[in-house]
Amino acid sequence: MYADFDLLIPEGLNQALGMIAKSKADTDIAPLGGGTNLVVEMRARGKAAATLLSVGQIADLRGIEIADGRVTMGAATTVSDILRHPRMPDVGSALFESAGVFAGQMVRNTATVAGNICCGSPAADLVPPLLALGASVTLQSQRGERTVPLDKYFTGYKTSVRKPDELLTAISWPVPAGKSASRFYKLGRRKGDAITMVGVSVFIEMAGGVCTTVRIALGAVGPCVMRAGKAEAVLLGKAPTAELIEKAASVAEGECAPIDDIRASGAYRKQQVQVLVRRLLNQTIESLS
Amino acid sequence: MANRKMLTLAVNDTVRNVDVATNETLLETLRRVGAVEVKCGCEKGDCGACAVLLDGMAVDSCLTLTHTVGARAITTIKGLGNAEAPHPIQTAFAERGAAQCGYCTPGMIIATQSMLNNDTDTPDEADIRQALSGNLCRCTGYTKIYDAVLESAKVMRDTAAAGEMESVK
Repeated sequence: MYADFDLLIPEGLNQALGMIAKSKADTDIAPLGGGTNLVVEMRARGKAAATLLSVGQIADLRGIEIADGRVTMGAATTVSDILRHPRMPDVGSALFESAGVFAGQMVRNTATVAGNICCGSPAADLVPPLLALGASVTLQSQRGERTVPLDKYFTGYKTSVRKPDELLTAISWPVPAGKSASRFYKLGRRKGDAITMVGVSVFIEMAGGVCTTVRIALGAVGPCVMRAGKAEAVLLGKAPTAELIEKAASVAEGECAPIDDIRASGAYRKQQVQVLVRRLLNQTIESLS
Repeated sequence: MANRKMLTLAVNDTVRNVDVATNETLLETLRRVGAVEVKCGCEKGDCGACAVLLDGMAVDSCLTLTHTVGARAITTIKGLGNAEAPHPIQTAFAERGAAQCGYCTPGMIIATQSMLNNDTDTPDEADIRQALSGNLCRCTGYTKIYDAVLESAKVMRDTAAAGEMESVK
């Protein structure tokens, strides 16, 4: 390993919060989940935070609970844990779909949910479905605990509202109620082991023939994963006609601001946002009728 | 600054004490102590050549910091079988022509065993494609690998069923 760093391995959450308590900047101490992203980044850059705080092994932070109308995942829950949970296709179908196309088996067995969020990559595959499902994250420090809606968590490219002395300890979302469905689609060069060019997730709840909840999330087309709020507004409270779906798809295309990079051009990504939003809205609404 | 510490690692049922720096990966540690059957490929978590089992579940050793392994049992391809007593997956890979240059084969077999341990012992082609999505092979074109995995899963189920019949008698 080219990067030089010390590594702390706390046994429990309280010990971990104590270790990170005095931290003033991300360069002093950085939380380490499964390491599937952080270790690669450290190797590529040849540098790291002075100290890494491993949280992946804390047993209390791993697991999926469904209680009181909410699904709650501990921070150290792995992508494979999502795939192997028997109720995930019902309580988080978009998240289940995304876990299935996430990297490869070995990475899925190690990568944690909190790691995927905290790395802050705009191409993070778990984030669009979690946004579509209406997830919130729990941030804990020795000063206390707070809950932040995931759509208020990111503030820009790889930046967030997490303070240096806080750990992201849990992610939760309401169990989808009534007549609702969610979908995720990853556009990549291959079906496995690919980094996302465009990721789209949608959640729709319907009652009396109209959309009562609409959430559309877009990945890899801006500095961070984003909600397409204006596109959502096109459908909210309306009966989802073909014309409105078409309009929502083109509004979503206008809301994103993708860059050209090694994987795809910005123009291609914009075009694909329109195609995929339209396709997923159609599929989701069809599954509800 | 990286620190060093003596760790007790269980590699293929042999317990070793190894002096390991905090910034060392499991791939580096294993190859340093002679477990060179664990292959170094991309060191990015893309190719799967370095896969080992930790308590029966496959991980990329190039992304695993050795200090985070803890008490988990490490199994490399040598811990599954050898030329004299091959594991059924190794036999199927040999018989089906699933290994050509052989560099990806240890990782392929480790990922297969992990799928059979943790996901399904009756895999179809979609299960196999998903389980091996983090293992790259530049020789075979994968078809013979999928055939070998299907074959070995069947052999292992049949062996287990025969064992149960035997114990009923």
